Amino acid sequence: MVIDSTRMKSLADRLAVDEVKGRSLWADARKRFLKNKAAVGGLIVLLLVLVFAAFGGTIAQYSNEELDFSIMGQIAEKGGPSLANGHYFGTDDLGRDLFARTVQGTQISLAVGIVGSAIAVLVGTFYGAFAGYVGGRTDNIMMRTVDILMSIPYMFVLILLLVVFGRSIIMLFVGIGLISWLDMSRIVRGQTLSLKHKEFIEAAEATGVSRLIIIRRHIVPNLLGVVAVYATLLVPLMILTESFISFLGLGVQEPLTSWGALISEGSGTLNYGTYWQLAFPLFFFVITLFAFFFVGDGLRDALDPKDR
Amino acid sequence: MLAFIAKRLAIAVPTLLLLVVFSFLLMHAAPGGPFTSERGLPPAVLANLNAKYGLDQPMWRQMTTYVWGIVSHFDFGPSFIYKDRTVNEIIAQGFPVTLTYGSISFVVAVLTGVGLGVSAAIWHNSWLDYLAVGISIGAQVLPNFVMAPILVLVFTLWLGWLPGGGWEGGQWQYVIMPVVALSTSFMASIARITRSSMLEVMNSNHIRTAKAKGLPMRKVILRHALKPAMLPVVSYLGPAFVTMITGSVVVDMYFSTGGIGKAFVDSALNRDYAVMMGVTILVGTLTVLFNLLVDVLYAWIDPKIRY
Repeated sequence: MVIDSTRMKSLADRLAVDEVKGRSLWADARKRFLKNKAAVGGLIVLLLVLVFAAFGGTIAQYSNEELDFSIMGQIAEKGGPSLANGHYFGTDDLGRDLFARTVQGTQISLAVGIVGSAIAVLVGTFYGAFAGYVGGRTDNIMMRTVDILMSIPYMFVLILLLVVFGRSIIMLFVGIGLISWLDMSRIVRGQTLSLKHKEFIEAAEATGVSRLIIIRRHIVPNLLGVVAVYATLLVPLMILTESFISFLGLGVQEPLTSWGALISEGSGTLNYGTYWQLAFPLFFFVITLFAFFFVGDGLRDALDPKDR
Repeated sequence: MLAFIAKRLAIAVPTLLLLVVFSFLLMHAAPGGPFTSERGLPPAVLANLNAKYGLDQPMWRQMTTYVWGIVSHFDFGPSFIYKDRTVNEIIAQGFPVTLTYGSISFVVAVLTGVGLGVSAAIWHNSWLDYLAVGISIGAQVLPNFVMAPILVLVFTLWLGWLPGGGWEGGQWQYVIMPVVALSTSFMASIARITRSSMLEVMNSNHIRTAKAKGLPMRKVILRHALKPAMLPVVSYLGPAFVTMITGSVVVDMYFSTGGIGKAFVDSALNRDYAVMMGVTILVGTLTVLFNLLVDVLYAWIDPKIRY
């Protein structure tokens, strides 16, 4: 039997061509995310705010602690935003450069938001995944604990903590971290319950993989989408919490500052006509929160295809 | 139903006990006693003070006395800073104020939020819908501590229509701004939740049936759509209540309304632990009771829940 070598060759060629590349879940999600204009806009704004926080300090003409004696006492007349004297955002009530202060406040507020959210991701994911996967009485006790903790007016307890142990940024992180994971653990538990009886988990169980490894290797990676969405939406909530406490004058202490503290200072001096002291911090606060909410919504649409 | 309430109470009581014990331990973990001052008191005076406030007793005794005082006759003990006032007096002074503007804000937020959400869902994709969505997105980033200065800037400093603070026994012009500042973000959240749940309900089978049998639209909405659409809103009311009571602290500070929020922040700055604990426990109790109420309401609305 003669083999048609040319046809054989073309067959071989065709087989050698790479398979059409499958699109992963993440590639699909990225595509959907990039189509969402509000989410992309939010992401750009966030990047700009990050750049502002990271490099704003190098543009500032003054440090955040320096008092400008040429302006002191005449803040309302001379302290306004001006390019000429280098106070791009004006000065605060004591004659400190508001640009430098806003940069610093942005750094702290973002740090609080991101750290709070990161704690929520770490603790909440494992707590929720463990409770959901193990189930039974353990689950019941763990989730009742979360219920109890959630019905405590945490802001009051947080302020109590800050007053008793001294107001420091570390204490603020601890306090915010203590409460931020509760919601996350509930969401993660719900997701875990729905994953638990899937075939691949059964397969892992059948081959004798231990519980902790199943949680780490099989459950948690499948939760990442939900966790990413919720973590993004949690950052603005943490920023709001911190700003709330700082607004009351119970948060970060001088010379450190945050958006909440700056908004508080700015709103305290409204009577003197120094509107910029409120306007600049408020502007950064509002656009950042907006951006986080839009990015979070975009991520949710992108990662959760059934919810559309 | 009674069994259901009993079950919820079984969670509520340990929650409150936990809160009391936790804040009590925190207070005792604080460095220095309440009478430690820079000048330093003579030891005899200090011993007398400690005896008066029961601080010379062992800790478990102090704790049981404190808890028993609260449980048996709602007594939070004396203030540590104001020697002639008890915590009860301080709270009693501020509480009616907080209750007044708090409940008005709550009603305003729920009514306008539900109204806005329902009309947005009924006239889906109309200008009203876009307006409602716009407001609810915008108000998400306008929490009370941002609303308060903006309101004062516009209505007091620019327009001069409303007083910038004070309470004056709750005359209407003093109540407006606290209520608006406190309710805006909740109004927005409630509107958003109502809109999406109403949209879902309006597309469900029983509404189609109601429409098909020729009921007028008004009746379809009031009789058939509103009740199931309210479920997510009701479950939001619990967290909303907590956040609102927290927000009252900002309102008290910014508008000088003199509610319990003021007492709380003053005591936080003065380190008056007794008042702080009293307010925290009071707020905790209110929260737990309110959550109980919400649960009962939810069970009553939702036909799927059997207790």
